[in-house]
Amino acid sequence: MTVIDDRPADVGGVGTAPWRKEDAHLVTGQTTWTDNLAPVGTLHMAFVRATMAHARIGSIDTSEAAGMPNVVGVFTGADFAEECPTLPCAWPVTPDMVHPAHPPIAVGKVRFAGDPVAVVVARDRASAVDAAETVLVDYEPLPAVVDMEQSLTDEVVLHEDEGTNKAFFFSMPTGADIDETFAGADVVVKRRFIQQRLLPTPIEPRAVLCIPQAASGDFTIYSATQIPHILRTMLAVVTGMPEHKIRVIAPDVGGGFGAKLQVTGEEVIALLVAKRLGRPVKWTETRSETNLTMHHGRGQIQDIEIAATKDGKLLGLKVDLLADMGAYLMLVTPGVPILGAFMYPAIYKMDAYRFNCTGVFTTKTPTDAYRGAGRPEATFAIERIMDELADELDMDPMELRKLNWITHEEFPYEMVAGLTYDSGNYEAATARAMELFDYEGLRAEQAQRRADGDRIQLGIGISTFTEMCGLAPSRVLGQLDYGAGGWEAATVRMLPSGKVQVVTGSSPHGQGHETTLSQITSSALGVPFDDIEVLHGDTQVSPMGLDTYGSRSLVVGGIALQKAAGKVVDKARKLAAHLLEASEDDIEFADGTFSVKGSPDASKSIQELALAIFAAHDYPEDMEPDLTGHAIFDPENFSYPHGTHLCAVEIDTETGHTSIRTYVAVDDVGKVINPQIVEGQVHGGIAQGIAQALYEGVVYDDDGNLVTGTLVDYLVPAAPDLPSFTTDRTETPAANELGVKGVGEAGTIASTPAVVNAVVDALRPYGVHDVEMPCTPERVWRAIQSGQKGGAQ
Amino acid sequence: MTVDGTDYTDDVEPRTLLVHHLREALGLTGTNVGCDTSNCGACTVHVDGQSVKSCTMLAIQADGREVLTIQGLADTWDGEGSLHPLQQAFHEAHALQCGYCTPGMIMASLDLLAENPDPSDDEVRHGLEGNLCRCTGYQNIVKAVRAAAVQIRQGSTKSQEVPA
Ligand code: FES
Ligand code: FES
Repeated sequence: MTVIDDRPADVGGVGTAPWRKEDAHLVTGQTTWTDNLAPVGTLHMAFVRATMAHARIGSIDTSEAAGMPNVVGVFTGADFAEECPTLPCAWPVTPDMVHPAHPPIAVGKVRFAGDPVAVVVARDRASAVDAAETVLVDYEPLPAVVDMEQSLTDEVVLHEDEGTNKAFFFSMPTGADIDETFAGADVVVKRRFIQQRLLPTPIEPRAVLCIPQAASGDFTIYSATQIPHILRTMLAVVTGMPEHKIRVIAPDVGGGFGAKLQVTGEEVIALLVAKRLGRPVKWTETRSETNLTMHHGRGQIQDIEIAATKDGKLLGLKVDLLADMGAYLMLVTPGVPILGAFMYPAIYKMDAYRFNCTGVFTTKTPTDAYRGAGRPEATFAIERIMDELADELDMDPMELRKLNWITHEEFPYEMVAGLTYDSGNYEAATARAMELFDYEGLRAEQAQRRADGDRIQLGIGISTFTEMCGLAPSRVLGQLDYGAGGWEAATVRMLPSGKVQVVTGSSPHGQGHETTLSQITSSALGVPFDDIEVLHGDTQVSPMGLDTYGSRSLVVGGIALQKAAGKVVDKARKLAAHLLEASEDDIEFADGTFSVKGSPDASKSIQELALAIFAAHDYPEDMEPDLTGHAIFDPENFSYPHGTHLCAVEIDTETGHTSIRTYVAVDDVGKVINPQIVEGQVHGGIAQGIAQALYEGVVYDDDGNLVTGTLVDYLVPAAPDLPSFTTDRTETPAANELGVKGVGEAGTIASTPAVVNAVVDALRPYGVHDVEMPCTPERVWRAIQSGQKGGAQ
Repeated sequence: MTVDGTDYTDDVEPRTLLVHHLREALGLTGTNVGCDTSNCGACTVHVDGQSVKSCTMLAIQADGREVLTIQGLADTWDGEGSLHPLQQAFHEAHALQCGYCTPGMIMASLDLLAENPDPSDDEVRHGLEGNLCRCTGYQNIVKAVRAAAVQIRQGSTKSQEVPA
């Protein structure tokens, strides 16, 4: 069966929207999710997990489980303590960061509900699950530590050897003296915002399959991961096993959103059990396990204070964060809030800035990257407080922004937080958004409804956001003490028949790499889109790479590809000159064909040259018979997508129900390779940001039990919960070879404050100055009630 | 039971869910599992022409019945190897990113269009209430379902302008 393809022939290069190459197998169910794979003889794992948040483990009785039918082995933390003492954390954000051991199966103590205590390995999944239920764990309960501020009292310490629940204190004062700045300001506005924990919730749960080859000592690991390359290296590092004996494959991966940017205990245990038993070992989590143990996102208390003159000129910003680490530091847990440090000043000019962040352990699931990772939190806080400042100054919130943002003539602009923004045009994106939104018209309607005391009140929310993406310049990561670089690798290989193989080190899970990277290659080589194959996600096929997160695949990986393709063209030009008996300087290259200047009939297509170099009968002496290009690209700067999102909500003041009436997003992601894919990323991103604003939030009870343990309790929005979005773009090229900025996280970063600003804006006549997320009907209703009593803030 | 036009005879454990039977015993891994509380809809198939979350049904309950999965859907259309209009429309409208929700989403949409051959945006959204997608924000899914509706009404898989 083939996909019917009525695409016009000229579609396929940069800037066009060919339908995705990825889709054919996905719409027909011919998929290779990790859970679809199981060689004959595969053993299945089921984990016994802590049923309480904090306890000392007494005895673990596995005898009944071990004797059950089909059970091959039962293991506890002690069995792997030597082989893997701890899972990795690659980002020590301060030299004195507390970095407690995090064994893949708990040893001695459990520190969150869901911490694994034992693993049962059986011939089939049902037997493993049945046997796991019989494992008896004798716990000595300890008090849960759920609240971050309470945790910092150290009354109950999670990691007793460390003696404190404070993981780190990070401080970044930049620019002018912060205290003097605030002392001299006409207006200071201070707020506390709560970034609730979120469940990333890719629809494909995690799964891992490890296939050992006992004789050679080789291991092949399939995993539902975003990071096959990092995973391979980390598995070697944490187990001491030789890296070259480990092959990691990310087959079809069903979404990640940062949650599959992780080196999990389950992956390590699959490897160690496969090694021990010499048989393939597999684990697929249930959704309840996902909620309980896949790392959570956000989880911060943000104290933010902004200083301005009385006519609205910003002077300085202070941010004090408490960042919830959860029970352990995982791959980049401590780095997430630190990424935010650079984003609080956003697009605004100011002279003084101080960012402080305290990382705190709690007896909850560890947190780590979730779509945007640190930047949505920062953007939320600054965009929210801009609205609060505007209210304080009695200014239109858009006017306040215009007064303070960097104007387009001012780029490149060095921000107070230390980054240099290369490009942007906030005026253009905003003008377009206001036009699409009918800002003035809606303000007029709002005034009318306020005057009429209408039950349904209208609120308008603004978010003029930017973000830093394209992670990342390796040297900058080094300055931030991150444990790796941020380059990306690409190879372009001409096959004898003229078809092209592209190998990328980035690793997709829904973004459409095969399509986008084919488009770049098609334009660079002048080869038809359909003649290009993109290979990825297998450390044997693509040995070098740093994978996919932080909106980096195009901005770093795409540029690596552009450079690799350039090397192929250079080689082919040399060969063409040789075969056409002309000087290289006289060779022109256009639309895939090399020709001699002035004699257009003398020409060779790059696809013909591929065959010629394969045959290798006649080629220049100082050349190897090969048309392959390989490049590593390490960016010098981040990229800075920006845009203006405007949201209008209607709130039923009697029920507290919020509905989004209009949502307009004008994004500037630089040059666009595939407008359809870009739009899809924006849609999905906005949906996740709205989800934080209105629907989602992790709830723990006081004993540290996860209340939102299933999709019944945790409200992931379905189609009726979301509006249609009006999207458009402005295009200000980034200062890089492709002019691209990345788009994976923009929607999520921008939309949360746009929605909450709209909610608060609707309620201002009621004396409301904040509504905690998610802005549920109950919270909105309560805010109205307490606001009317003059108490809300 | 018959699945995608093929007859299968198996002894199954009474507790086996239909989705696990499809995936593990029959090797029909086109149908996915995304939750354990029947919320996500990733497992949606048709049984005797009605959409069913196959994680909510026991395999033995499907005994003697006709099951259609995403893997058999195209064959129900023109028998000439074309995709079903829903599959084609999801492709053209970029209604999938990671594609994990897609089999369920398409099978649920098929039911929706059987009941309402010309749904509005809102009707599509409400009709797909039981299916979660984390990637697309649903807008392109709505577009795809409406585009497919046009094609199904016209009985053709020819590429169709998506309604605005
Ligand atoms: S797996 Fe059936 S509804 Fe989620
Ligand atoms: S396309 Fe990924 S969940 Fe829908």
